[in-house]
Parts: sequence; C-alpha cells; structure tokens
Amino acid sequence: MSAKLMQGNEAVAEGALAAGVRFFGGYPITPSTEIAEGMAKLLPKVGGTFIQMEDEIASMGVVLGASLAGKKVLTASSGPGISLKQELIGYAAAAEIPVVIVNVQRVGPSTGQPTAPSQGDVMQARWGTHGDHSIIALSPWSVRESFELTIKAINYAEKFRTPVILLMDEIVGHLRENVELPAENEIEIYPRRTPKKSRAEGYEPYTPDEDLVPNVANFGEGYHVHVTGLIHDETGFPSGSPKITAEFIKRMHEKISRAADEIIEVETDFMDDAEIAVVSFGGTARTAYEAVRNSRAKGLKVGFVRLVTIWPFADKIIAELAKKVKGLIVAELNYGQIVGEVQRAANGNCAVKLCAKYDMTIFEPEEIESAIDELISEVGGK
Amino acid sequence: MRKQLRLSGSGGQGVITAAIILAEAAVSEGKQAVQSQSYGPEARGGASKSEVIIDDEKIFHPHVKSPDFVLAMTQKAADKYFTDLNSEGVLILDDDLVPNSPDFKNIIRVPITKLAVEKIGKALFSNIVALGVIVKVTKLVDFETIKKAVAHRVPPHTIEQNMAALQIGYDSVE
Repeated sequence: MSAKLMQGNEAVAEGALAAGVRFFGGYPITPSTEIAEGMAKLLPKVGGTFIQMEDEIASMGVVLGASLAGKKVLTASSGPGISLKQELIGYAAAAEIPVVIVNVQRVGPSTGQPTAPSQGDVMQARWGTHGDHSIIALSPWSVRESFELTIKAINYAEKFRTPVILLMDEIVGHLRENVELPAENEIEIYPRRTPKKSRAEGYEPYTPDEDLVPNVANFGEGYHVHVTGLIHDETGFPSGSPKITAEFIKRMHEKISRAADEIIEVETDFMDDAEIAVVSFGGTARTAYEAVRNSRAKGLKVGFVRLVTIWPFADKIIAELAKKVKGLIVAELNYGQIVGEVQRAANGNCAVKLCAKYDMTIFEPEEIESAIDELISEVGGK
Repeated sequence: MRKQLRLSGSGGQGVITAAIILAEAAVSEGKQAVQSQSYGPEARGGASKSEVIIDDEKIFHPHVKSPDFVLAMTQKAADKYFTDLNSEGVLILDDDLVPNSPDFKNIIRVPITKLAVEKIGKALFSNIVALGVIVKVTKLVDFETIKKAVAHRVPPHTIEQNMAALQIGYDSVE
C-alpha cells in the first residue's frame, strides 16, 4: 500500500474499525468531530452501528450498553464532553465494562478555547471520575500511531475489562500527514473474553480469572449477568462486606498494575550519552524531537523521551533515567501536570524543569531549546 | 528541500480544503507533507489559516516558520500573515479582497474571487482558482497531479467546474 495523506482523527476511526469496533455512540464536538464522521462513514459498511445521541452522557451510556451486549465500542469527545462522561466512566470501571473513550484535548477549563490545542486533561484522564480506580491512557504523536494506539486501546479495554482513554490532542487529531497503515495480518486483536464455565458448572460473572480480570458473559448469550456500580461480589450483586469491598478495590488496581510492564511504553532517542533529556508526549513530542535534534546539532548532549503510555505512569523507567542524567525537562501544553509525576518518579535523583505553555499555540522548537540551554547552565555539563 | 506555505483567509473561503488538496497532491508525488490548520469557533467569517510543509524528509514539528509562500484572501489575513514571510518568498493576494498591499517585495495580485464569480458563476470555486495560482507560482507539484487531487476531493458533479476553476487560476499568472 502506498502512502496517503490522512488526518489523526480519521486514523482513529480507521483503527477502531480494524480493532473490531462495531458500535460508536457520540455527540460531535471540536476538535474530535472527524472521529464521529469517520465512524458514521465506516461502520454501516461492515454491519456496525453509528448513533449520534442527544448528548455526551447518553453517548457514554449507549456504548456501555452495547459493550455489555458483546460489541467492541468507542466514543469520542473533547474536554467539555469528557467532563460529562465522567460518571459513566466510573461506572465502566466499577462494572468492568470494556470501553475506549477518545479525548481530543482542547484548551479548558469549561468550553475554554474550542479550536485550540492543549494537553490539559492529563490528570482528568487519571482522576476525572471519583473514587479509587485504575485507568489506562495512551497518547499518540503521529497519524500512524493514532491508528495503532486506537487498536491497542481497544485491546486493553477488552483484555483488562476497563475504560481506556485515548488521550489525543488537537495537534495530532487535526494534523494530516503521510501515512502507510499496517496490513491486516500485522494487526493483533484481543477478542472479547468469554465464560469458561456453564451455568450448570456454577458460573459467576465476576469471578476473576488468573489475571484478576473476570470473564463477564455478554448479555443475550444464555447467562444471568447482574451489572451494578455498587461494589459487588462474584455474583455481580451488591455486597456490604468490608472484606469484599477491600478485595474489590485492590483487584481493580492490581489487574492493571501487575501488567504495567506490558502496558507502559516509552520511546527514547539520543539517550546513549545524554546528560539531560526532554520528556514529552502527544503532539508536543513532535516539537520536542525537533528541539532535541537542533540541540544535538549544536553539540549539546540532550536525549529525547516520549511517553506513549500516560497512565499507568512510567515510574520505573523515569526513576532509572533520573539516575543516569543530570536533569529532565518536561514539555507539556498545560500549566504543569505530568511534571509532578516525573518529579515523584525522579525522587530527587536529578533536576526536573517544567517547560509549560498554555496560550492556545503549540510550542516552537526554539522555546524548548531555550529550556534545554537553561537547564544545562543550571546543572552543568554539555 | 523543505517548502512551507500558508493559506489564509476567512472561514468559508475554502483555504483549508485547498491546503489539504495541495498536500494530497504532494504525497501522491512521493513527497512528505503535513497539513495543519487553525480557525476560530465560528463556522463562517472567522479567521482561518492552514499551513502545508512539503519535504523529502520526515516532518516532525508541524508549524510553518518563515513560509516561502503565503496566500491571503482577506486584508486582515494579508496584514497578519505576511510578516514572517521568507524575504525571497512570494505573497499572493486576492486583488479585490485585499485592497492594500503590505510592504513586501514579491507580491502577486490576482482577482481570485472575481474570476471564480465571473467565469464559473460562484465564489465557492475561488479556493480552487487560488490553487491553480499557487501551483503555477510555486511549481511544487505538477499541474496534472493537482488536477487529479482536486478531482479526487470534490463532489463528482462539480469536477468539470473545478477543473475549469483550476485552469483559470493557472492561466491567470505568468
């Protein structure tokens, strides 16, 4: 297949289709609308369902229903819509319903700057819905990666029966560039989990498997499944037991944390002799990469670190990096969010400097290069 | 060799669509291209800008700095977006919609919208007229390539008019 020009949001729709998504419920909002448009075009061709609901809350509800009925599902929105979806994202976490929510970030809070890029929803992706819960969030930096990470997000949602946030930004969502999508036989798909026991053998929908994830039967396939946001036991019915509550909350976290090494992806470049490094993610990483290359051309020993997985956070990788370099610059298009995680993981082993921007415009390479120059003069080195 | 373009005007003039078609044409010739855009929350009438970078190498940072070519379809866009033009660059202006030329060396004035209205019958085609002008001035892609890219992108029943618009733009400059 030869390269063609494709937009990040279009690639998300293509990726969803390739991952087996057959149901999309949504409500349009800039800068995510092209995802809904793409699904509306693609899904009917494969017998799937696209539905535009009356609002973002209903959009979240309808995809959860479709997921429980056995479909792989996707919804997409931006800040204001993602805020509305939070209650049902928590429900999906508690009831362990596979779902992927795409957030094409724009400037907030509230309706903010509807068409301007931002990476201000990093912490919302982690803690937007209330209560102790785990989450997976992935952030692509290119059109091809938007396709690939959509597939990964769907696979993780299915494998861990959890909500997964695809944390896009306007930069990548609206960017068009050359893309060659992987061939069908290069794409791995995680199928919907199925019960391992019959009803006669004593099947209970929320009995965790060895990987701590339950094999909840799809509705309409002959099993009794009770679904609730209340803390429940293995039958799926609410329980008032302190022991069951503690076990439940622990399992919610551990089903993800035990697989952290599999989920956490960090891309690095120019790290061999690096004395400092720039940590970034999503669309900002494109500018950071150019800044690092320019600094290298000036003879500065700077490395490039890109968080592909945002949550769970790459604690171990950042901790190890912090022991190797004198300082880390965190470049993010917000007032400073992931920098706190980097500081925590670095644990005082190197300097951590924030390079933040929140004026509706993306970074220019020179801005990150200035931060590189400043950090080098602060920590010494070349 | 990296070439950078900025197409600017107001929402509804089709500068973003023109930029997408140009980038698609470049990709079909085997080049690397990125196209980005910025616009206000309004559906029509707000400021609209789209940028295209064409290169032989992979493009990371997607924003244009000191463009080689700027198209301005409104006075406001002309005043705002010519400032960082490469000193050897070219500023293309809609002759009627941009009455006052900014202080710049290389300016090409073409009655883009007027040509679309008088020769095709609708201002709707002005972005394709502009595309014809851009391809002639920049020589970034072959005229045959841009014809295919336009035909691929526009609704089938408008192909004939769009081909005419492209040719009119192409023929309007030396």
